[in-house]
Amino acid sequence: MIKTENFNISLPGFNLHDINLSIEEGGFFVLMGPTGAGKTVLLEAMAGLVPVKSGRIIVEGKDVTRLPPEKRGISIVYQDYALFPHLTVIENIKYGLHFHKVDRKEAKERLDRLLHDLDIGNIAQRFPANLSGGELQRVALARALMIDPRVLLLDEPLSALDPRFKEEIRSGLKRLHRVSRVTFLMVTHDFVDALSLANRVAVMNEGKIAQTGSIEDIFQRPISKFVADFVGMKNLFPAIFSGSRAIIDNLKIELGRIPANSHGYIAIRPEDIVLSKEPFTSSMRNLFRGIVSGIFDRGFYYEVHIRVREATFISLITKKSLFELGVREGVEILISFKSTAIHSF
Amino acid sequence: MTKKEPFFWITISCGFVIMAFILLPLIEMITAPSLSMLRETIRDKDVLRSIWLSIYTAGLAALISFVFGTPLAYLLARTDFAGKRLVESIIDLPIVIPHPVVGIAILSIAGRNYWLGQIFSELGIRIMGSVTGIVIVLTFVGMPFYINAVKEGFEGISPRLEKVSRSLGASMFSTFCRITFPLAWRSMLVGIIMCSARAISEFGAVVIVAYHPMIAPVMIYERFEAYGLKYSQPVAVWLVSICLVLFLILRVLTSPRKKET
Repeated sequence: MIKTENFNISLPGFNLHDINLSIEEGGFFVLMGPTGAGKTVLLEAMAGLVPVKSGRIIVEGKDVTRLPPEKRGISIVYQDYALFPHLTVIENIKYGLHFHKVDRKEAKERLDRLLHDLDIGNIAQRFPANLSGGELQRVALARALMIDPRVLLLDEPLSALDPRFKEEIRSGLKRLHRVSRVTFLMVTHDFVDALSLANRVAVMNEGKIAQTGSIEDIFQRPISKFVADFVGMKNLFPAIFSGSRAIIDNLKIELGRIPANSHGYIAIRPEDIVLSKEPFTSSMRNLFRGIVSGIFDRGFYYEVHIRVREATFISLITKKSLFELGVREGVEILISFKSTAIHSF
Repeated sequence: MTKKEPFFWITISCGFVIMAFILLPLIEMITAPSLSMLRETIRDKDVLRSIWLSIYTAGLAALISFVFGTPLAYLLARTDFAGKRLVESIIDLPIVIPHPVVGIAILSIAGRNYWLGQIFSELGIRIMGSVTGIVIVLTFVGMPFYINAVKEGFEGISPRLEKVSRSLGASMFSTFCRITFPLAWRSMLVGIIMCSARAISEFGAVVIVAYHPMIAPVMIYERFEAYGLKYSQPVAVWLVSICLVLFLILRVLTSPRKKET
């Protein structure tokens, strides 16, 4: 368990305000946020590598705020892995043992297990300069876990890797977390990392925690415009609530429930907006007629912008449906979405 | 082959002019003395003594720079503080001050009417006309070269390596010994070579503080004044060759071993 209480950090031109995070023992916590949000600084402050202005950090019930980094039992893996270039892979991994009293037999077992789990036994005698990105990453993980830390901090460990291998590495990371039973805190700006690894997520922006919660909380029930936007709720409209309806630019949208506030925002994920040529009878409670105002190729899918009066809705569809529906700029089309897909705040 | 632009030929010609400018005088000086004259010069006890004095005072200056300059270079490479620019400019001052001025400046604090000079004289340390004085002058002029080279070396090492080392349980001191030093010692060596090379070549400041005992550049000057070009050249040749060989040996001894496969 690792906890920060009212963490404040003040660096030249950079501040973190009142960071309160609580990560359960053995959890996999993911911290997301745009570049410059202060994610790396927060990790370094937890590890004791950046001075804290005020607040406390508690690891397994013990206040470690005043302890130097070497006494905290918090390992860190950087984006660039920071392997010691003058040491071999095995020397890198065993580096931490110089400073920790570990029984010889126990150390040997741990080393063998890590070499095996991370599949790096065959490169043990090599120098970091001769390793691939994926190998560097696994060595960095092994080095960090070799001292059996209480918490492992991961600073965007996947962002420097070839996208083709990310899936494989993600599952490797997940397995490693399971077998090591160490608390993981990972910083990323990739939603897929969060969705596939995390059991809890926090979103950070401009030195503050914008929201903390489960995956569902963050992706389905953002509490602010920033988080909604950040997690890809591309259909985000300021709305006035009247009864169980939200009114946006003269459009009346059925929410199927009565929101607590009188005005705020509604957000709909683009994949929840269905396009069709004919109105179809289903549980879709909201149906509007609009004009296609733009089509953007996003690789595996297309992002279609549909103008309904003053509002522009964004929908994601596959190339196949793009052809089947005959979606072109300027054509008329129907959009529909379930009231349960609408998040209001 | 495509035709080269005139600019290309200008760059090449300038290169040749500069090579000739540097090499011609040096080659002429080295080849001027006859072999018998060189042999005779090196048998001269005074010459040997002054060359040896030059080398070991320069070596001491480099050693002092190493001991005191390394921590400062580390500080400058790793931290940002108000007035850092000022500190860096102060370190560079000895490079830009005219050499005789350096000598005069050092004498002025070593004199009896200055408190430091009084302390020195009470302790029995003589600056004027002594080896101590020479070492002080050479350290003064050589130190900036050491600090700048080493600072650059430290800056080339990612602070993250040190941070990771700390998080793995190493104290600041262990981190310096196990990570920073092994990665930076080559730049320290470059700094030592730069510093002692600069120190060996110093003349203007030394001649003011200590004409005697005579370091090699002072002896070369004296022989030139008293006997002319012909008698100063052989000493110069010996000084230059011995220094080149020493630096070469230092480089070879410490060249990276081909252990990476």
